Amino acid sequence: MAKLESRIPAGPLADKWRKHKAEIRLVNPANKRKYEVIVVGAGLAGSSAASSLADLGYRVKCIVFHDSPRRAHSIAAQGGINAAKNYQNDGDSVYRLFYDTIKGGDYRAREANVHRLAEVSVNIIDQCVAQGVPFAREYGGLLANRSFGGAQVSRTFYARGQTGQQLLLGAYSALSRTVGQGLVQLVTQHEMVDLVVVDGHAKGVITRDLVTGKLVRHSADAVILATGGYGNVFNLSTYARGSNTTAIWRAYKRGACFGNPCYTQIHPTCIPVSGDYQSKLTLMSESLRNDGRIWVPKRAEDRRKDPAAIAEDQRDYFLERIYPSFGNLAPRDVSSRAAKRMCDEGRGVGETGLGVYLDFSDAIRRLGEAGVRERYGNLFDIYHEITNENAYRTPMRIYPAVHYTMGGLWVDYNLMSNVPGLFVLGEANFSDHGANRLGASALMQGLADGYFVIPYTVGDYLAGQKPNAKPSTDRAEFQQAEENVAAMTRRLLAAKGRQPVNAFHRRLGKLMWDHCGMARTRAGLEKALQEIPKLREEFWADVHVPGSGESLNQALERAGRVADFIELGELMCRDALAREESCGGHFREEHQYPDGECKRDDEKFGHVAAWEFQGEGQAPLRNVEALNYEHVKMSVRSYK
Amino acid sequence: MVAETSVKNISVTLRVWRQAGPGETGRFVEYQASDLNPNMSLLEMLDVVNDGLERRGEEPIAFAHDCREGICGTCSLVIDGKPHGPHRGVASCQTYMRSFSDGAVITLEPFRAKPFPVIKDLVTDRGAFDRIQQAGGFITARAGSACDANAIPVPKGAADLSMDAAQCIGCGACVAACKNASAMLFVAAKVSHLGLLPQGQAERDRRVLSMVKTMDEAGFGNCSNQYECSAACPKLISHDFIARMNRDYLAASVRSTFKPESQAAGGGG
Repeated sequence: MAKLESRIPAGPLADKWRKHKAEIRLVNPANKRKYEVIVVGAGLAGSSAASSLADLGYRVKCIVFHDSPRRAHSIAAQGGINAAKNYQNDGDSVYRLFYDTIKGGDYRAREANVHRLAEVSVNIIDQCVAQGVPFAREYGGLLANRSFGGAQVSRTFYARGQTGQQLLLGAYSALSRTVGQGLVQLVTQHEMVDLVVVDGHAKGVITRDLVTGKLVRHSADAVILATGGYGNVFNLSTYARGSNTTAIWRAYKRGACFGNPCYTQIHPTCIPVSGDYQSKLTLMSESLRNDGRIWVPKRAEDRRKDPAAIAEDQRDYFLERIYPSFGNLAPRDVSSRAAKRMCDEGRGVGETGLGVYLDFSDAIRRLGEAGVRERYGNLFDIYHEITNENAYRTPMRIYPAVHYTMGGLWVDYNLMSNVPGLFVLGEANFSDHGANRLGASALMQGLADGYFVIPYTVGDYLAGQKPNAKPSTDRAEFQQAEENVAAMTRRLLAAKGRQPVNAFHRRLGKLMWDHCGMARTRAGLEKALQEIPKLREEFWADVHVPGSGESLNQALERAGRVADFIELGELMCRDALAREESCGGHFREEHQYPDGECKRDDEKFGHVAAWEFQGEGQAPLRNVEALNYEHVKMSVRSYK
Repeated sequence: MVAETSVKNISVTLRVWRQAGPGETGRFVEYQASDLNPNMSLLEMLDVVNDGLERRGEEPIAFAHDCREGICGTCSLVIDGKPHGPHRGVASCQTYMRSFSDGAVITLEPFRAKPFPVIKDLVTDRGAFDRIQQAGGFITARAGSACDANAIPVPKGAADLSMDAAQCIGCGACVAACKNASAMLFVAAKVSHLGLLPQGQAERDRRVLSMVKTMDEAGFGNCSNQYECSAACPKLISHDFIARMNRDYLAASVRSTFKPESQAAGGGG
């Protein structure tokens, strides 16, 4: 059984991080260059970590599967980044951001981690501005803000609808600088395919060179995974097609516990699915809910009517009706489920009946079309490209889609997993968002982890390791890990079955969406737990991966990732089945209040579930880390 | 009103550049793609074609893609002779089959430029862009050393113009569209983004000099003012930024020639 020590410092909440920083061990400047750290991934968390550690003097190797670090999917985040700057003088504070995040997460995150996140949020904005991130400004030259879901203050900083792009390009510029200075060795188009554990410590990785197919051994003194979320287990999601779980899944199989795998975020405002061929869903930023109003017809028989022909009093602005104090800016899980309920009642719009309107006609009357264009123009353009509809004239049609995973590898307060020397940052870890993430908090967490947490905490681990002592890649552990990967590649290429990889991914996605999506039931999850192992068996017997392992082979890349998704899907269903309560993004139909809201069971489930791999074919072990709420009272979340 | 009600499926013929690896001889291969919903994207159409190839045990067409929403800059197809295809201001992944008529012949090629060698089929190596960024595309700001974000007001006009340049997605269409394979729009966008901001002034001269030097060394050509680059740019970045970069470059060259440098830099303590 894994030892789960959260290492949360003692003392008052607001002092924990300051005190911890003062007490943890340091590595002296001349010794730092004697340690090498591998960073896998170069999104917000990975790029910011790699450049910050290099600036401190560590030797850093940054490994990405993309052709350039700038391609990481952080680039696609649209709306913004939260920070408790209180530049608007509207009553914001570190405590309020902390409280909103804890409540938004439905009381399933660690208080100490979230408070630290809120504290460093202000530094992130300073850092990004110093790097030249062109945030939106007011005429006086000061930074502009807008509102996001789950908050009653305006604390979101943004760069048009491309905030993730600009923040990532800022972190990429820092990474590029350190690469140019020779402080970081950048390894592109290499996918991490195994973690190497030596004497119980993470000491390296195996990568596959995606261009030549060669397996490469990399040794280091510590390994940092910043490889993002696993929402593509659903096949259709707002993730990039390449986003995958392989790095964290293979670390799980080497002993790292997987925290709360079932916590999935379904984003309420995405463009609805239009056909079987579809490869991805596109998000319409939450910022649109500042000015757009969400509605469905009151009567099911109006659902195919031209929306313009439905009179005002025949429209149900259901978020404003059900949640009057937050209205259209209710949190994502709450808004998504409300939309689903409307569609389940037969009032969904569009061809499939799986859609609700997001209407800007009021905003256009108030601000003029030009005003709306200035705020959201690029989003209206994206909507037009995809649907061929003009949202200035007719309401957008939107529906919830998989967008983020709050679960991930379990980490302690230092962001270190239960495998010593293995750190996990950003979306890849489970740490800060509980059971639901608030909008504009993912960018905040990625950069907090990379710029302001890991530079301190990695030193605490390395100070206990001998300098200049990274293991040789000739060791048996490296050999065994490499052989493990080679065997999997051989097996995939040898199957020579009848079905393409995508066919399995689509079927897995449908199983997951139907049974482990927005609403889950015991019966559904049990069914999925029967179907997924069958799918897995069929995959290995009947998949066809053409080509060889010695060159660029995109089918082989996909096959390895889908194999991992199938296994992860099973674990997610297990986790969802074991958690006999509803909280945040995890909604079990058996556990709800009469009005359809989540019914938590704090006594039995006020904890983190951290799953531990027990070997192929063995049921994983469910470890538990109790969540001790010392400062906030766990209460029923209300946005009414 | 509802877009997908009366769609009629279409069929097209693809002429696709297939090339086994770097330096190998490539050729066009024809594929039929039928019964396509016009609302599918061009890349989704390629997914369907590839599924068919994999079913038959043939190697799928390699193409670069990731976010499929026009922001990561990975996709890079020359569609019927145009980088990113027929529509202005969109990337390859945002091209939909409704742009083609039933029975159309669609030619797909990789971005072609000497500094972007083909890796396989439609995938090229654009690592030269990263090297240009590494030479100077940054403002040095170590984590922990920043002052309060509102301490330096930035006039809205400058911030907006800077953002116009900063939108570059680094796809390389500007290079592929240019008869000289010039990367000046790409470099100008970064030089302008940072040079327009007060934070970017300390390194302004060094930045433009080293980025342009690295660009030249990578084998990109010069600008001859045809502006194909901004026409092909999925973010419609203006060629005016090239003029801005040229002014910066000239000023920086003159200053670096005449400005005395301290001989006593470094050391101390």
